Amino acid sequence: MLYSDKVMDHFGSPHNMGVIEDADGVGEVGNPVCGDMMKITIKVTDDRLDDVKFQTLGCGAAIATSSVITDMARGLSIEDAVKITKAEIARELDGLPPAKMHCSVLAADGLRAAVDDYLVKNGREPISGGPEHVEHDEHGHAAE
Amino acid sequence: MTEKRVYLDNAATTRTDPRVVAAMEEFFTDTYGNANSLHAEGRAAHKALEDARARVAGAINASRPDEVLFTSGGTESDNSALIGLATAGGRTSGHIVVSAFEHHAVLEPAEWLGKRGFDVTLLKPRADGVVHAEDLRDVLRDDTILVSVMHGNNELGTIQPIRELAAVTHERDALFHTDAAQTLGKIEFDAAELGVDAASFSGHKIYGPKGTGVLYLKKGLRFAPYLMGGGQEFRRRSGTQNVAGAQGFAAALEIIVAERETEAVRLTKLRDRFEEAVVGKLDNTYVNSIDSPRMPHITSLIVKGVEGEAMLLHLDAQGIAVSTGSACSSGSLQASHVLMAIDCPQEIAHGSLRVSLGRWTTDADIDRLVDALVPIVERLRAMSPVYEKMFGTHKA
Repeated sequence: MLYSDKVMDHFGSPHNMGVIEDADGVGEVGNPVCGDMMKITIKVTDDRLDDVKFQTLGCGAAIATSSVITDMARGLSIEDAVKITKAEIARELDGLPPAKMHCSVLAADGLRAAVDDYLVKNGREPISGGPEHVEHDEHGHAAE
Repeated sequence: MTEKRVYLDNAATTRTDPRVVAAMEEFFTDTYGNANSLHAEGRAAHKALEDARARVAGAINASRPDEVLFTSGGTESDNSALIGLATAGGRTSGHIVVSAFEHHAVLEPAEWLGKRGFDVTLLKPRADGVVHAEDLRDVLRDDTILVSVMHGNNELGTIQPIRELAAVTHERDALFHTDAAQTLGKIEFDAAELGVDAASFSGHKIYGPKGTGVLYLKKGLRFAPYLMGGGQEFRRRSGTQNVAGAQGFAAALEIIVAERETEAVRLTKLRDRFEEAVVGKLDNTYVNSIDSPRMPHITSLIVKGVEGEAMLLHLDAQGIAVSTGSACSSGSLQASHVLMAIDCPQEIAHGSLRVSLGRWTTDADIDRLVDALVPIVERLRAMSPVYEKMFGTHKA
């Protein structure tokens, strides 16, 4: 199981790590039993993501996928942000080992949860459609 | 990377000692015959093979050289011991006990037998990382045919009470096998004193070549050969013998046995210094099975609130090689079965780090590991969304 150079770059020097203190939306996903926990905080102006930060407890892939999704999501409209897929995240990292694909799901889910949290806090309907559960099941994550 | 690598994963494999390489050389290019041929080339190879066998038998105190079978490694030795002893004489049923924290080379054949008519009990070690003789006695039955418990656990470093376990097994007329791949040359292995019927060894864990192993099989046991063919190794393991490998194994074993006592003192000192330093400098960090009898060269560290693979990758980037029992390193999403067997909670087991010292480990290597690890852990904990919530603030 080998990581791409891009994964190692993000893992070694993660982008946008931390917490936005006056965040407009917060997404927390994962489970310490599985070993991966992710928190995404977003700052939103006119339904556009001005700032995205992450905190992650997890392996190399979990940290790299969190880091790269903050880059991908910055500047996007909330509609486009929730459309980021696990496959796009993996592609942006020049691929992930198959056993690590669930990490990219977690990053996408974290961002969706943060957008939904922002909408609900503002009395609006969530738009993400929820987490990408299928992949979790495939890898036995949800079964725990 | 300009700095020298620090290799602290000697329980995974060791560097082949140049003295062993030198001892093997003539058996590739000069004494290259097939040990089963009648001509001079064959006779020379046969002599070298039997010389290696006698030296290995002497080093493990087997009662005769033909109790030593050369194999391709620890996995083959384990697989063939379990399957060969269980199915000997065409047997298709019976009760088998293996400890729950065995290497997969024992667990998988046990499971394979379990699907083919045998009844398999997985015996849990206690939280101290030790399989206790009285716990084994409780699960033995009239129809128990075979028990397998490793001599030293590869992840925790704990030493198992093999003499007692074998004695309890023999009370019920069952056979006892031990996987001694991790202990050979690290602590004493004396086949007669331990009273085992079969034992597995690996060459590459003792600074010998990969692809070499030994199965000790007590004379007179019924055994179904696992590899069939030309009837080599007393009809118990077919395949043209790896004479260079056998000579390499014997040379490696003699060196490690000769240096064992001084090396054990040296490594224990290094290990203890590492453990004291890292536990002293990091909160929420402890050593597994610290109060149990342990081999000198393995430390199993739990660093709470950090994921093992992340520590491993950062250390690797700084030139240091270690291993982890975290789920994420295995691709299985399950933390190590060894840590699960001693009831280490999943969320903590993800933060396991195994450091295994070896022949060339120095004080400076330990210093480099401690100096690298402490800031890595602090950085990863600072990145975690849950560390403060779960474990309180980390040391500033």
